[in-house]
Amino acid sequence: MATPTRLLETAAEKALAGHFEAIPEDDPIRDVRATAFDVLKEKGLPHRRVEEWKYTDLRTLLKDVPAPAAPGDIERARAILAETDPLADLAGSRIVFVNGHFVPSLSDMSAIADQVEFASLGRFLADGGAIFERFDMIDPAEAPIFAMNSAFMADGAVINIKAEAVLDKPLHLAHLFVGADAGLQTLRNLVSIESGAKATIFETYHGPDDVAYLTNTVSQVHVADGAEVRWIKLVEEGGAATHLGLAMPRLDANAVFDPFTYTAGPVLTRNEMRLTFSGSHSNAGIRGAILVRGNSHADFTLFVDHAVPDCKSREYFKSVIDDTARAVFQGKIVVRPDAQRTDGQMMSQALLLDEGGEFDNKPELEIFADDVVCAHGATCGQIDEDVLFFLRSRGIGEEEAEQLLVQAFLAEAIEEIGDEAIEEVLEARTRKWLGMTEVVE
Amino acid sequence: MLEIRNLHVRIAEDETEILRGIDLKIGKGEVHAIMGPNGSGKSTLSYVLAGKDDYEVTEGEIVFNGQNLLEMEPDERAAAGVFLAFQYPIEIPGVGTMTFLKTAMNAQRKARGEEELTTPDFMRRVKETAKMLHISPDMLKRPLNVGFSGGEKKRNEILQMALLQPTLAVMDETDSGLDIDALKVVADGVNALRGSDRSFLVITHYQRLLNHIVPDFVHVLSAGRIVRSGGKELALELEERGYADYVGEAA
Repeated sequence: MATPTRLLETAAEKALAGHFEAIPEDDPIRDVRATAFDVLKEKGLPHRRVEEWKYTDLRTLLKDVPAPAAPGDIERARAILAETDPLADLAGSRIVFVNGHFVPSLSDMSAIADQVEFASLGRFLADGGAIFERFDMIDPAEAPIFAMNSAFMADGAVINIKAEAVLDKPLHLAHLFVGADAGLQTLRNLVSIESGAKATIFETYHGPDDVAYLTNTVSQVHVADGAEVRWIKLVEEGGAATHLGLAMPRLDANAVFDPFTYTAGPVLTRNEMRLTFSGSHSNAGIRGAILVRGNSHADFTLFVDHAVPDCKSREYFKSVIDDTARAVFQGKIVVRPDAQRTDGQMMSQALLLDEGGEFDNKPELEIFADDVVCAHGATCGQIDEDVLFFLRSRGIGEEEAEQLLVQAFLAEAIEEIGDEAIEEVLEARTRKWLGMTEVVE
Repeated sequence: MLEIRNLHVRIAEDETEILRGIDLKIGKGEVHAIMGPNGSGKSTLSYVLAGKDDYEVTEGEIVFNGQNLLEMEPDERAAAGVFLAFQYPIEIPGVGTMTFLKTAMNAQRKARGEEELTTPDFMRRVKETAKMLHISPDMLKRPLNVGFSGGEKKRNEILQMALLQPTLAVMDETDSGLDIDALKVVADGVNALRGSDRSFLVITHYQRLLNHIVPDFVHVLSAGRIVRSGGKELALELEERGYADYVGEAA
């Protein structure tokens, strides 16, 4: 091959090369995979000298890449789903992946059969991957998560929410990793929300604490004219797991897209969102919370492209950092020359609970239009001693007072979701992370 | 119930001495007022009683119902019955007023080995007390003190006091920033809590508050010492003549 090849040298890079070699010659999308893998071969894993990866040096942080995961024990998954998935009770329909493979027997789409078309990606891959032409693509050279995903994608959800369909209850994409052996689960979701449709989508990730599995998940999302989507992504992978996520929503005119990404658990997380406004008068509320402790590392990197006029975006992120953990927020808003009357408001705040923690915050505004309202703000601080003293003076112990203040800090972003039942679930996840016992009333 | 003996206190950070030998005894059910010019150490005394760690006690002791108060954490003091009404009540975005009240009440009950309140019992207590203090249900729904006026914040302090039922209430310039109507509401709230089991230490710069909360004893604090003690008539005398005599004496 003519492409100049970087010597794949770290253990993780060598492992990736080995796993790629193992893909059968007759794989139906071998060309797609090979094009993507050539990029990885050429560039290797991204590292600190690559601007977008300066604070999340994947070459150093990613110690290994396990082989693509075998299907997991479905009964075990069923039990875990029943016990632990906190959002499941709110959902009306469910698509379940175990170790990255669609499991029909755990899934139930019957309630929305008239409103939503669904198939697992596996079927489309067998056709040679023509489906991808219907979605925005991205240059794998610009997006290492995408390149890795294209090389190894095994399954995913292809969803079409029909025009004017209004889903009464959320649609749940549940991802479970089960078993004692590490594995790589690579998922590609292709989601179309047709014009005028309204839906809430849950995307959840859970797995065992002591298995160093790796999730790579890419969602290509098209929100058509007038559609309204709320998308809650809950990343609660196990404590030894790595989660690499990329969401690529494109919004047509008069659309509303409100994603919230809640990350608490994995040792290494990088979530990226690349959102494009391609139609006017659309509105995106992009929010998230990162909770990290121990030596975990969690990164949210956001790129919002105001490519057309009269759109509004609100970005609000909160990070809570304990011990020697590290959180990263990178947020870039680009306002193209034609995108007059853009309104973009970005805020990122961090609360450090321990002096050993680190927060890296990089907001960027690139504005090429002249009639816009854009602002960004960032704060990073510790718990306010005066507030803590006040709470303690009312009889609340130091630990409980701190827990109350962490919850309060996150609540400011969570409460912007605008759905009390979902907010309550996320607040309960925070209490769980804080080690608080649930009060049953 | 409270005895302060030869209390010397300095600011921990820069070692500035603020209190220079305070002696004060407060009996059960008594209302004591401490008056004094700005900078005399009034607020410091209230913070030291509540346990703020910006201050360092260099000498003396505080005995509260037989316990050494200075060895107790702020939350332990609260559970033991000490309450400080803050001069500048703090706003806490994200913490709902009701959540805060319930957490505080139950934390104190737990610390004393009592059962936690049931939700209906808690709601009933809050509703009754809030009504008396002209606190609207809407205020209770908001995050603690966020968007409250000065008067609303002070009423919220009294609400907390009424719900937590302390045996010693320290009121740090509760009258500051209040108009006369708000002052009356606050004073009515305090007077309703007066009783043989509850003592008050009312700290104020002005005599005005003491027309509404009539003290049993008045002390004048100047330059970190109590320079004069007397009955309620002392407050009137101070109102007429100001603090000039005492400031001079201390200097």
